[in-house]
Amino acid sequence: MSGRRTASRAMRMNSHFRAAANHLATGAAIASTVIVIAPLLAIFGYLLYKGASSLNWAFFTQPPKPIGETGGGMANAIAGSGLILAIASSIGIPVGISAGIYLAEFSRGRMIGHAVRFTADVLNGVPSIVMGISVYALIVLKQKHFSAWSGGVALGIMMVPTVTRTTEEMLLMVPNVVREAALGLGISRWRSVLSVSLRTALPGVITGCMLAFARVAGETAPLLFTAFGNEFWNMNPAQPTAALPLQIFNYAISPYDDWHRLAWAGALVLITLILISVSLVRYVANRGVLKGAS
Amino acid sequence: MNQPLEGLREVAAARAVAPQLHGHAAGGPQSPIRKFLVERGNSHLADRAFFWLMAICAGSIFAIVGFIFYQLITRSQLSIHKFGVKFFFQTGWDPVNEHFGAWPFVYGTLVSSFLGLLIAVPLALGVAVFLTEMCPRRLRQPLSFLTELLAAIPSVVYGLWAIFVLVPILRNDLDPALQKYLGWTGLFSGPIFGVGMLAAGIILAIMILPIISSLTRDVMMSVPQSQREAVLALGATRWEMIRTGVLRNARIGIVGSVILGLGRALGETMAVTMVIGNRPEISRSLLAPGYSMASVLANEFSEASDDMYLSALIEIGLALFLVTIIVNALARLLVWAVTRGAPARVSA
Repeated sequence: MSGRRTASRAMRMNSHFRAAANHLATGAAIASTVIVIAPLLAIFGYLLYKGASSLNWAFFTQPPKPIGETGGGMANAIAGSGLILAIASSIGIPVGISAGIYLAEFSRGRMIGHAVRFTADVLNGVPSIVMGISVYALIVLKQKHFSAWSGGVALGIMMVPTVTRTTEEMLLMVPNVVREAALGLGISRWRSVLSVSLRTALPGVITGCMLAFARVAGETAPLLFTAFGNEFWNMNPAQPTAALPLQIFNYAISPYDDWHRLAWAGALVLITLILISVSLVRYVANRGVLKGAS
Repeated sequence: MNQPLEGLREVAAARAVAPQLHGHAAGGPQSPIRKFLVERGNSHLADRAFFWLMAICAGSIFAIVGFIFYQLITRSQLSIHKFGVKFFFQTGWDPVNEHFGAWPFVYGTLVSSFLGLLIAVPLALGVAVFLTEMCPRRLRQPLSFLTELLAAIPSVVYGLWAIFVLVPILRNDLDPALQKYLGWTGLFSGPIFGVGMLAAGIILAIMILPIISSLTRDVMMSVPQSQREAVLALGATRWEMIRTGVLRNARIGIVGSVILGLGRALGETMAVTMVIGNRPEISRSLLAPGYSMASVLANEFSEASDDMYLSALIEIGLALFLVTIIVNALARLLVWAVTRGAPARVSA
């Protein structure tokens, strides 16, 4: 009799304990989510507060003023970033899309496809500064000067794995029926890939390219000793060129308040650019671009 | 002889082109490009050429990895021959007298990365558990989007924020508090600068959190729903269900995502360079400034004038490359084993 009672009491205690553990775990999960969201909001809030107050028209139209004078902007860095990113995109996007086409259309079920995919994923994790070093060794050491070309090559290489993987994923979403219909009309394989598969997946592929673009747009480390940076206006790709993230870095570690102000404004511009592309990618991916096609 | 067949082919080709050329007023029926496509585009040769072009581009990914490896190996020969393996285990960094030892940098990289993991892993697990198992459906999308936004912020912006917001907080509030209450451990002693290992660890934690949490989320979502239902049906509370039904089945993938976060932390350059203090010293205190492999490259590479100096720096780059390749390969294999393989095994 008493044995049964202690057993039921033990069970009751046990169930209390289990409920408490359950509540504790729930609380911990909620708390950690809040802790993670907090720095994000803090960064954005501070960025908006600091950046917006120092963002003005001169920021977009004027090159930096010499130390000691107030005012000036980052026009040369914005233009230089545009130049370097144009070089990077013209390397990274065609190569990446082609590799993605190979993976999705030509390597189904083959070992080589898995090997390429795996290597692309691993390449994605190689630190960007290592890319900078190897491009430095290849181009800058040979030419004996820094240039926008070398910076563009470094960023272009970094774009390849991202573009490849997103292109592949988007092409795999194209229903096989569409391919069969195209081939059934008697057109050749390459036309069916380009004009039918790739065309159907095009919105997704473009957003993938934008994602890769946004990712390398904020990269600083590979540009430190390839594009190097420049205080003056330069549009010659064979010369050292300024870039927005480089300029932010140099200004952030400088001791001048005016330069700190410019760094915040530059960071706000960079973040806005990146956020727009990332949200677009998210929007397209959620909406399912390919729904209309299937 | 086979005129009708040719005609049919032409029509088919023209139809396939049609959507592409519809908008082009100039590209009328007689455009030379179109004529070329209709005449030659269907040949076997064009197909082969296209296939090989695509294959070469895919092969270029191997080429890139090979090229990076080759460049790093050949350019660091000088230092590899002079110092050998002990390069990474000796101290003293003196470019003038050509004496190089990378141990302080290796130490700084390891300590800051593990500190980052120590802070990030429990939080990331909590976020993943909350988002997959507890969160109201309406909040799930926006919250996961917010955590992924953290991954999109460039590292230089993290660094900027850390210099002007995080470091002052550490210097004025957190560091003195840690010193007062945990000073007896010896981990929080010495003068307070704000910048240092702890600042680098915290900023790394913020940066690798989204990677770990989003991959963990993927892995947890690949655990079949029937597992959860089975455990709940046995009378488990929600936490017991998560612990035994979800986390236990997903553990290999979770380890993989943590290792992937480690890979990112090891190679992270800009934000760490901006807050770690950049002093090649080894100190037991986490408040003391240090140095990391990536940040010594960022700071000194463009001023390395003589060959020996450059070669020593490139050897550090080579080590960073090899370590991150191995870490990433391992992590990918683990994550793939879970998300690609058969439904998670039931094992005690």
